[in-house]
Amino acid sequence: MKLKTILMGAVALGAPASTAFAQAEDGERGRDGQVNIIYWQAPSIMNPFLSGGTKDVEAASLVLEPLMRFDETGELVPWLVDEVPTVENGGVSEDLTSITYNITEGLTWSDGTPFTSADVKFTYDYCTAEGGGCAQASKFDGIESVETPDDLTVVVNFTAPQPYPYSAFNGAESPIIQAAQFADCLGPRAPECTDQNFMPIGTGPFVVTDFRTNDVIQLEANENYRDASKPAFATVTLKGGGDATAAGRAVMETGEFDYAWNLQLAPDVIAQMEAGGQGVPIAGFGTLVERIMINNTNPDPSLPDDERSVIRPHPFLGDPAVFNAMSMAIDRPLLVEVGYGQAGRVTCNWVPAPENYASTSMSCDTQDIEGANAMLEEAGYTDTNGDGIRETPDGVPMQILFQSSTNAVRQDFQALIKDWWEQIGIGVELRNVDSSVFFGGDPGSPDTFQKFYADVEMYANNFPGTDPQAYLGNGLCKAAPTPDTQWQGENISRFCMEEYDALHTELSQTADLAERGRIAKELNDMAVQNGMMIPLVDRGRLSARSNTLGGVILNTWDSELWNAADWYREGEDG
Amino acid sequence: MTENTANPPLPAGDPTAPVVDRNQWWDVWAQFRSHKGAMAGLIFLVGITLFCLVGPWLWGIDPTTLDIRNKDLRPIVNALWGVENVSWAHPFGTDNLGRDIMAQTMQGGRISLAVGWTAMILAIVIGTFIGVVAGYFPRLDGLLMRLTDLFLALPLLPLLLVMMLLFRDPLRAAFGPEEGIFILIVIGIGITSWMQTARIVRGDVLALKEREYVLAARSIGTPSRRVITRHLLPNVLSPIMVSATLGLATAIITESAVSFLGLGFPPDYPTWGKLLADAVPRMVSFPERVIWPGLAISLTVLAVNYIGDGLRDALDPRIRGQ
Amino acid sequence: MLTYIIRRLLISIPALLLIAFVIFMLLELAPGDPMASMPLTIPAEVKQQMREALGLGEPWWVRFPLWLKQFFIVEPAYWIDSAFGTDLAGGQQRIISFQSRSPVFDTIAERMPQTLWVVGMSYVVGVAIALPVGIISAYRQYSVFDQAGTFVSMIGFSVPPFFSGVLLIVIFSVSLGWLPSIYDTTHSVTDWDSFVFQLRQMVMPVMVLALQTTAQISRYMRAAMLDNLGQDYVRTARAKGMSERIVVLKHVLRNSMIPVITVIALGIPSIFGGAIITEQIFKVNGLGQLLIIALQGNDIPMVMTLTFLFAVLIVMFNLIADVLYGVFDPRIRYD
Repeated sequence: MKLKTILMGAVALGAPASTAFAQAEDGERGRDGQVNIIYWQAPSIMNPFLSGGTKDVEAASLVLEPLMRFDETGELVPWLVDEVPTVENGGVSEDLTSITYNITEGLTWSDGTPFTSADVKFTYDYCTAEGGGCAQASKFDGIESVETPDDLTVVVNFTAPQPYPYSAFNGAESPIIQAAQFADCLGPRAPECTDQNFMPIGTGPFVVTDFRTNDVIQLEANENYRDASKPAFATVTLKGGGDATAAGRAVMETGEFDYAWNLQLAPDVIAQMEAGGQGVPIAGFGTLVERIMINNTNPDPSLPDDERSVIRPHPFLGDPAVFNAMSMAIDRPLLVEVGYGQAGRVTCNWVPAPENYASTSMSCDTQDIEGANAMLEEAGYTDTNGDGIRETPDGVPMQILFQSSTNAVRQDFQALIKDWWEQIGIGVELRNVDSSVFFGGDPGSPDTFQKFYADVEMYANNFPGTDPQAYLGNGLCKAAPTPDTQWQGENISRFCMEEYDALHTELSQTADLAERGRIAKELNDMAVQNGMMIPLVDRGRLSARSNTLGGVILNTWDSELWNAADWYREGEDG
Repeated sequence: MTENTANPPLPAGDPTAPVVDRNQWWDVWAQFRSHKGAMAGLIFLVGITLFCLVGPWLWGIDPTTLDIRNKDLRPIVNALWGVENVSWAHPFGTDNLGRDIMAQTMQGGRISLAVGWTAMILAIVIGTFIGVVAGYFPRLDGLLMRLTDLFLALPLLPLLLVMMLLFRDPLRAAFGPEEGIFILIVIGIGITSWMQTARIVRGDVLALKEREYVLAARSIGTPSRRVITRHLLPNVLSPIMVSATLGLATAIITESAVSFLGLGFPPDYPTWGKLLADAVPRMVSFPERVIWPGLAISLTVLAVNYIGDGLRDALDPRIRGQ
Repeated sequence: MLTYIIRRLLISIPALLLIAFVIFMLLELAPGDPMASMPLTIPAEVKQQMREALGLGEPWWVRFPLWLKQFFIVEPAYWIDSAFGTDLAGGQQRIISFQSRSPVFDTIAERMPQTLWVVGMSYVVGVAIALPVGIISAYRQYSVFDQAGTFVSMIGFSVPPFFSGVLLIVIFSVSLGWLPSIYDTTHSVTDWDSFVFQLRQMVMPVMVLALQTTAQISRYMRAAMLDNLGQDYVRTARAKGMSERIVVLKHVLRNSMIPVITVIALGIPSIFGGAIITEQIFKVNGLGQLLIIALQGNDIPMVMTLTFLFAVLIVMFNLIADVLYGVFDPRIRYD
């Protein structure tokens, strides 16, 4: 009886004394009963190709798997293939135009049928089909064809040399779906396949038994999983909805749940929850950087629609003295302490990781209000009329609008930064915008982050996987949002430098890893030092696990649930 | 009622005596004063309004000033049982960024009270007007009630988003950032909360207009306007009072929800509702942070409720005579 | 009365169509984008293709009639098909949610049980408490009971659920550990134990919501009773020697019901609208949570359908209230 199992599971969680379960990491499949996971953003669909949302990608990762995953250090590890193809082992062609994957022998889907190269090719066809609106389409950019010489070999051919050939079929965002199941769901028919989208057949450790969109997903162990002793849990309940506070409470204070995803909460709130004693927070770092973008164009509301936030320059923010002073006035360690605690680190970089690409040339962990004031004074910005706000040499008051999305931590940051900037004589008006509007691309709304009808704005961004080339492309002149592009584009601050564009072209033609690292660092420094943004905090991921849940390795490069097959129930004394 | 000895009270509600007007309001006040709850409510309301209006001026600490070294201070009472982190400079304590909670409560009260009262009055005026007209004039009933249905069905969030989109920048340009947002919020809350009052008033008017005294008034040719103001409105006063009391609470809380979504005041603008919402995640460690704004909202609503009760009693000639 | 009802029902059709149109245009005008919840790492071109796949490339005068057709023709046809095995729908596209790409009505049906259990139950409980409280408070005005009732209901109404809900969780789930803080929507009641579990997980959200309902309705009940208790006919009835019970419960109550009926009738549709904040806090994930998630995600078909169903209920229950006015006060005429 399903209900009984759930109740038993709940009871077992409530009473940590249930040490009956062996702590061993080996044993028979399903030995540890039930595990409860809570995502405060509820998953809507189990098909990552139809929704790029992190919650959906991660929920799907319990079922669907890619050929290779990123591990917790950001390294690619073979998952459904024998080894990581490289130029050295011949998996990647010398001219970087093709990559060959050798699928591990004997893999099956959860329905028992064999996993073949045809499924991989189908996944490519599915995502690139016309009219399907595939969320991961950019992963398949530059692929000319996918060939299947035999059942266990996949060859991906590129139209041009690809210094980084691993985008497609790797990582949680680009898993393999079963050709047989999705055969009728190509292109415009994709949304009609509700059953397939809710209950995909996968190679992963679990199988969906009940999917309730935006509410709860129930799964059970995959009987055909490749390792007979895994997963340790027979059933999984993945509950969604509510807020991060409640999710953290359910794991660390009441112990009703075993794992809570992505708790964006102030450190003192986390600390208080941890005192509940049922669970612990765990943190890991990726590439997410909370930053203040500086508008390189003029956002004056009196400008006409096709000039506002389009014409250059900004009245004063383009001056290095101004943005450097603004950066110096910020006490980053305090921001970390107030907003992120153990899940945050001070950063001066746009690309904080992986190590190969992270610049070390700048330092910004001390606040210097006096220095900032002196710098502004020297550059000719003085308060001529005594209202506490400096004027530019042309007499424009240094009054700025600082916008961000609605989020408790961001509003605290806004308050603090406003205070510091006012200390250096820059007047600040704050505005917060609902996330669904701010991050939406509605060209009709004045409040989107792309439109940038403000002087500075704060949000966080990262890049998928470990290669920053496309991410650094966000600084190219041509990527700036304008009315002509319906305000779409990734270059939010409208940063534009010829040298930068040239160096980025060089990066896209370089294959040597060390050389790529050098160029990427240089691009990073160039962008930050020329007023594209003020990086603030390298934001880690903070999740929470129950004291009795073992095997959890927090991974920010792939899905957090990437190794759910290895999770097990720990004994009380463990 | 010693004040009344010079002026023996006339039979209450007598509409014929021309001099009765002044005495009638005198009677109302006398009756009101005898209602203990209403007087307590009135005193509290005047007190809290003064606290919010005059308080910031006397207290002198700006509610948005950050004092990060003095963050998370507890209220001064904690000194009694030896809690260390208290300061006489911040008797109510400080929040997680070191902002003075007393200054925030005062400043928050200014906005919450202003938004609450204005939006509530707007809603009551619109609701009563539409309700009376719909109930009294059968021709307009269908149209007005379908309009009410429409407003009841409109989802608040997209409505506010559209209002923001259309009117924020013009209002900001015309009245400044704070006043512009204030007008927008008050109108937004006002025009989305009059429907219940309208339905209730209409229901009562439908019944009242068939009562004998209304029929009599109409049959002797009393104009509709007079029938409404003279006979109908006084008799639907009590549900309107209840709507007003509940509406005040709803408006204060709705404002916090709206600001929380980024559709209201700038984030560094304290309001009671926002202070309460911000404090909820930390209410175990810092219970005072939910208690101050929570109490302020509840007691204000309670005070208004008692004043409403007192007013209703005072305005009812049958009770006043007793 | 029957002609009145028929006439009102007929008027409702154009009124509802107009309401549907206004809601649609409101959603159309509102800024927001279903792609807002997608990670920033997805490039703009891909997002544009996704929007087109959702049908957002079409102008509103194409999409609104399409929605009307799907709502009034395809969906009913689909239900008839699944009930009788016919093939009226002929594989036409049903109303599909942007977020889950699944039929909107399936999700709504999935959410009904928990919404009815929690929000519906709280409404029943709230009304059942409010009526006697209101009556007694009025009858014994300014008694201890009345004062206590006033105090509790005003405090109850002015404390928002985002505070009272969390307070209950902190007390009963965290400190005492008596009740679950997270509602299990997959739970089904099959025997006594599972019924007890259901009660345990319902009690906190029902308390929070019922407090609000009780506060509101009992105030209106009390005010209306007070108005009527002082009327001449009450004196007459008492003078005729009728028992207090008959006077209060039959005559006064009946005459006091009109505002109360209005408020109750306005409240019933909002049961189906769910309780957004309370559902979020207790993870009930009913219709209220569905609506707020759809609003945040700009899931226009879902918001449109939910809001329109809500509008239908409002129109219906306001009609019922109007009919009931006539039952309680036969003097009310509508023609």
